[in-house]
Amino acid sequence: MERIPILKMGEFLLVTIQVDMHDRLALSLQDDLTGQIVKHRTHGVLIDISALEIVDSFIGRMLASIASMAHLLDAQTVVVGMQPAVAITLVELGLPMQGIRTALDVEKGMTALRSAILEAGQDGDTGRIR
Amino acid sequence: MPTTTSKLPELFEKREQEITDHWIEQQQLTGRKLAASEREQTSRQSREFVRSLRSALQRSSGDVSGPEWAGVRDFLVDLSSRRAKDGYTPRETASFVFSLKQPLFAALKNEFGADSKVLADEVWLATRLLDELGLLTTEAFQKSREEVIMRQQKELLELSTPVVRLWENILALPLIGTLDSARTQIVMQNLLEAIVQTRSDYAIIDITGVPIVDTLVAQHLLKTVAAARLMGADCLISGIRPQIAQTIIHLGVDLSEVTTKATLADAFEVALRRSGHKVVRQDAAPTSAASR
Repeated sequence: MERIPILKMGEFLLVTIQVDMHDRLALSLQDDLTGQIVKHRTHGVLIDISALEIVDSFIGRMLASIASMAHLLDAQTVVVGMQPAVAITLVELGLPMQGIRTALDVEKGMTALRSAILEAGQDGDTGRIR
Repeated sequence: MPTTTSKLPELFEKREQEITDHWIEQQQLTGRKLAASEREQTSRQSREFVRSLRSALQRSSGDVSGPEWAGVRDFLVDLSSRRAKDGYTPRETASFVFSLKQPLFAALKNEFGADSKVLADEVWLATRLLDELGLLTTEAFQKSREEVIMRQQKELLELSTPVVRLWENILALPLIGTLDSARTQIVMQNLLEAIVQTRSDYAIIDITGVPIVDTLVAQHLLKTVAAARLMGADCLISGIRPQIAQTIIHLGVDLSEVTTKATLADAFEVALRRSGHKVVRQDAAPTSAASR
């Protein structure tokens, strides 16, 4: 069965979705990713969807729930590289994905992630030392 | 059946030269003043038309929509679309065909003048034939005019939605004219594609030139902003005139999620500040530093 690779890049996890997502793949990604977050005790996840050309409401919701799950595990999520057509589709579907951070590319996503983690750390609820 | 009884093919066989010459002469007399090159072109076209008409008549008569007439039809369509582009009036284009009537009838009279029954039949046939062809010319003329309009409309659409780069990472989209669904779609796509291409973090949509903002336009704007946000860019809306601010509130449109500014300059300043830039006047900076 095909899997979506999850790469550890320094302190972050990078998920690059390069095949068209179908529902089962999406579910196994949720499994894998939550496992990896716990295993590596990471605080930031980048999901690169620049190769994704078709997104339906299921995938949209899946991305949103991944972000929420990661948040529960004290990790921030940034979705990067969304194609214009995909963005239009999501808006037309009425899924503006409130609460998900986005960035134009991986590089900008890293910067966004760093500041997001800093912000979350400043809230002080985790008592993490950074 | 007219196919068997018509004498038209025969007539054309015998008097093609005469009819053509008469026709060309006629066109030059009645039409507008033509330049020498135009006159020559017209007579060449006339000759060609009579020739193709003759060959079509020899194979079949009557039904202009038949396959035998494809040559004549193509010729007329080509002629009228060319005339439409050259700025001829519809009357001038259609009269190209209609003016053939007189020489043709004259030839018919010369040929069958003695037998009034045959003459009447043939005149009726020829009239019907030329009327059909004339209508075809007008139709083709209209169609090519419409094509020109369509093309211009499309060009206008593309021209009217330029995305300009104001600064590193800052784009602006000055909107001018009424926004409808089709246009908004193009605007949205252009903007989002430009965001990807230039990797811009900030986009300013300036609506100074939009005369009317109704709920639909506001919704389109909100969608564009949401889509840009999904891609990771921040969208500002500027150029909101006092009238439009009032309308938006009266309509109950919620723009509180979006950063709005009265002028493009204000929005640009915000974008610069958010991206970490600061604009300082060159001569002001040292003096203020020195005075301290």
